[in-house]
Amino acid sequence: MTDTDEGSRLGWLFDSDPKLLIAVFGSIYLAYVLAGFAFGYTLRGQLNSLANLTFYVAVFGMAALALNLHWGYTGLFNIGIVGFMAIGVYVTAIFAKPPVAQGGAAQIGGFGLPLGVAMIFGVLAAALAGLLVGLPALRLRADYLAIVTIAFSEIVRFTLMSRTFQSFDVPNTVFGVDLAADTVGLGGGGGLILNHLSPLEALLRALYLWDPYLGFVDFVAANFIANNPKPVVDGLAYGLVLLGVVGIFYWLLTWTGESPFGRVLKAIREDEEVANALGKNTNRFKLKSFVLGCALMGLTGVLWYSGRGSITPPSFRPNITFYIWIALIIGGAGSNTGSVLGGALFAGLLYEGPRYVKNLVEAAFDLGDGPGSFGQAMAALGGSLDPVPFVVYTLNSIGQLRLVIMGVTLIWLMHNRPEGLLGHRKETAASIDLSRPERAEPGGEAAATDGGEQQ
Amino acid sequence: MGASETYVRGRRLASEQPFALVVGLVAIWLVWFLLRGLATGNVEFNNLVSYAWDGLMRGLIIGLASIGLSMTYSILNFANFAHGDYLTSGAFSGWAVTYLLAGLGEANVGSLLLVGAGGSVFGGTLGVGITTSPIAVIAGMIFAGVGTVALALFIDRFVYRPVRDEGGITLLITSVGVAFALRYLIVFVFGTDVRGTTAAGSVPELSMFVIDGSVKINAHDITLAVVAVGLMLGVHLLLQRTKLGKAMRAMSDNEDLARITGIPTEQVVRATWIIGGGLTGVAGYMFVLWKGTLGFNDGWLLLLLIFAAVILGGIGSIYGAIGGGLIIGLTASMSVIWIPSEFGRAAAFMVMIVILLFKPQGIFSGRTTA
Repeated sequence: MTDTDEGSRLGWLFDSDPKLLIAVFGSIYLAYVLAGFAFGYTLRGQLNSLANLTFYVAVFGMAALALNLHWGYTGLFNIGIVGFMAIGVYVTAIFAKPPVAQGGAAQIGGFGLPLGVAMIFGVLAAALAGLLVGLPALRLRADYLAIVTIAFSEIVRFTLMSRTFQSFDVPNTVFGVDLAADTVGLGGGGGLILNHLSPLEALLRALYLWDPYLGFVDFVAANFIANNPKPVVDGLAYGLVLLGVVGIFYWLLTWTGESPFGRVLKAIREDEEVANALGKNTNRFKLKSFVLGCALMGLTGVLWYSGRGSITPPSFRPNITFYIWIALIIGGAGSNTGSVLGGALFAGLLYEGPRYVKNLVEAAFDLGDGPGSFGQAMAALGGSLDPVPFVVYTLNSIGQLRLVIMGVTLIWLMHNRPEGLLGHRKETAASIDLSRPERAEPGGEAAATDGGEQQ
Repeated sequence: MGASETYVRGRRLASEQPFALVVGLVAIWLVWFLLRGLATGNVEFNNLVSYAWDGLMRGLIIGLASIGLSMTYSILNFANFAHGDYLTSGAFSGWAVTYLLAGLGEANVGSLLLVGAGGSVFGGTLGVGITTSPIAVIAGMIFAGVGTVALALFIDRFVYRPVRDEGGITLLITSVGVAFALRYLIVFVFGTDVRGTTAAGSVPELSMFVIDGSVKINAHDITLAVVAVGLMLGVHLLLQRTKLGKAMRAMSDNEDLARITGIPTEQVVRATWIIGGGLTGVAGYMFVLWKGTLGFNDGWLLLLLIFAAVILGGIGSIYGAIGGGLIIGLTASMSVIWIPSEFGRAAAFMVMIVILLFKPQGIFSGRTTA
C-alpha cells in the first residue's frame, strides 16, 4: 500500500493520511473563507459561517466514526443510527431539564440533574437500546439487520411523537426518595424545549473556566465585534470542543481497532465462520462492538442537538442515518481517518456546500425572484426559450436538489469507488512493521509474495 | 399418566420453543382482551369490521406492491430501498395523466401535468373519481404501470446492472442513492405539498348495518379490490402457465446454473422488472385513489411495511408477499383495538422484527415464485 507514484504532482498530498486530512480540511475552510469574502461578510459573518461549518464537520465526523466501528470494523449493517441518537438526546433532556412549576411555559419538566450527569444517562440509554436490539438481531444476515435497525429507528420516532408518552406525572416520592420532577415526558409532536444549560456552558462551568470565558467574550466585544459577540464566540468555541471530541473518538476507535479485540472484529468482518472456528465467540464480540457504537451514536446525538433550543421528532427521520452513511462511504469504510475525512467532505461539500453555491451565484448575477413552481419555470423555458427562470427555480430548490446530488454521489461512488477515499480494508494483523525498506529492490521487480501465482 | 405427560410436554415446549410459548400467550391475551371488549361494549362490532375492511384494503395495496420487491429481492439478491419511490413515481405519473384527462379545457395543461403543484388545480374541483371520470382514472392507472416499468428498466440498465455482480450490500447502498435521487427529483418537479386528489364527496358509498353501527364501503374501495385481485390473479396465471415462472425460480436458486442451462438470464431479469415495476406503479396509483391524497413521501412511508410483508411471506414467494401484505395491513389497521392508534405502524414493524428474529425464512417458508 505504498504510494510511489512520483509522476503525480499531487502525489505528496496523498502519500500519508495526516497530510491528506490537513489538505482537505484546509481546502474546505479556505473555500468557505473565500466564499465569505465574495459575499462581503463582516468578521462576524465569516466567523458564524466557519462556526457552522465546524459544527457539521465535527458531528458528521463523530457519527461516521461511530458507524465505522459497526460497518467498517465489524461489518454490521446498522441503518438505525438516528434512533440511537434520538434516544441519547431525549434521555439526556429528560434528566437535565429543570423541574417546572405547574402551568409554567415549558409544561414538561425534567429531573434537573447537571447536564454532564444527564449525558451519562443518555449515553447509557443508547447503549442499552443497542443491547436490546443487538442481542437478538446480530445473528441475522446483513440486509435483515439493516431492516430491523431501520424499523427500530422508526418505532423510536413514532414513540417520540405519540401522545401516549407525551407527559407523565412523577409521584412526589419514589421509594422514599424525594424527586424534584413533577412532570416528565417525551413531549409528543411538539417536542421538548431544552431549557437546560448549553453543553458548552455546562462544560466550561464544570472546568471552572466559565468566568475566564466570559472575560474573553468581553475582550472580543471590546476589540473585534462590538455588538453582542457571545453567540459567535459560543459557536466557534463549541465547534472547537466538538473537534476535540472527534479527536477523542478517533483515538478511542483506533485504539479499539488495534487491540486484540479490534483484530477479532476485523476477522468477523472478513469471515465470521473462520473467526468462530478459531474459538472466538463471535456473537459476543459483535454485541460488544454494536453496543459501544450505539453508545457513541447516542453521545453524538446529544452533542448534536443539546445545544439547540428545542428538539422535535421530525429531526430524527431516517434521512440523517443515510447522511452519515454517505459520509462514511465517501471517506472509506474501515478507516478512521477516512471517516473523519468523509464527515468533513460530506458536511463541507454536500450538506452545506450547495447553499453556498446558490448564494455565490446569486451574489454574482442579479437574477431577481424566480418562478414559484416547476411549471412556471418550464413555461418560460419552453415558451420563450428563456433559461433564466429555470435556473433561478433550480437555485431556489437547492435544498431539495442537495439530496438528489447526495443520491447521485452515492450511486457514483458505488459504481466507481466503493472503497471510498481511504477504505484500505486490508490491514495487517501483525504487531511489527511489515513494510519493505525503500531501497530493497534495485532490480525493480519485487519478489513474489503470493507464491508466484500471478506469473 | 395424562397429567404428568402433559406437564412434561409443557416443560419441553417451554425449554425448546420459548418463542412459540410467548406468541401463544400473547395471542391468548389479545383474543381475551377483544372478547372482553366486545362483551362489555368497549369495542364495537361495527368498528371491528371497519378496521378489518380498512386493513384489508391497505393489505391489498401492500401485497400488490410487495410482489415486485419480493421478486427482485430473490432474483437479483438485494433489498431494493428505492422500491417505495418507484411507487411514488408511479402515483405521480399516473395522476398527471388522470388530471390531464379529467381537467382538459378547464385548467392550464402545465398545472394539470404537475398534479396541481402549489394548489393551482384541485382534484376535487376537477371531479376526479372512478364514477365521475372513469376513463381518466383507468388511463391514469395504466400509465402509472407503464411509466413505472420504463423507470424501473431505465434505472436497472444504468444504475444496477453495472454493479450487479458486486453483491447484495453494494446494490442495497446503491438503491438508497436511487431512492434519494428519485424522491427529491419528484419534489423538485411536483413540490412538497400533499394534495387532495379525488372529489371525496361525490364517491358513491355503501353503508351496511353491522349489529351495533354502520360500516361504510365506497366505490374506490371496490375499485381497489377488483384491480388488486385481478392483477394478482394475472400474475399467478402468468407465472404458472408460462416458462417464465420456472425460469425465475431457477434463477433465484442459482444464477450461474440457470445460465448454463440455457435460460436467458438477462431477459428474465428484465421480465422481473417489468412485472414488478408495473404492479408497483399501479399499486401506487391505487393507493392514492383509495386514500385521496398524494405526497412525495407516500411511497417511502409505505416501504417498510412492504418490506415487512415480503419478509413475512418469505423472500421470493409471490403468494407469501400477498399473504404477508394482508397480514401487515390488517395488523396496522386493527392494532388500534389494543394499542393507541399512533402505534399502528409500529405494531406492523414489530411483527416483522419478530418474524425476522425467529423465523427469518418467512411464515410461508420456502421459495416458491409462482
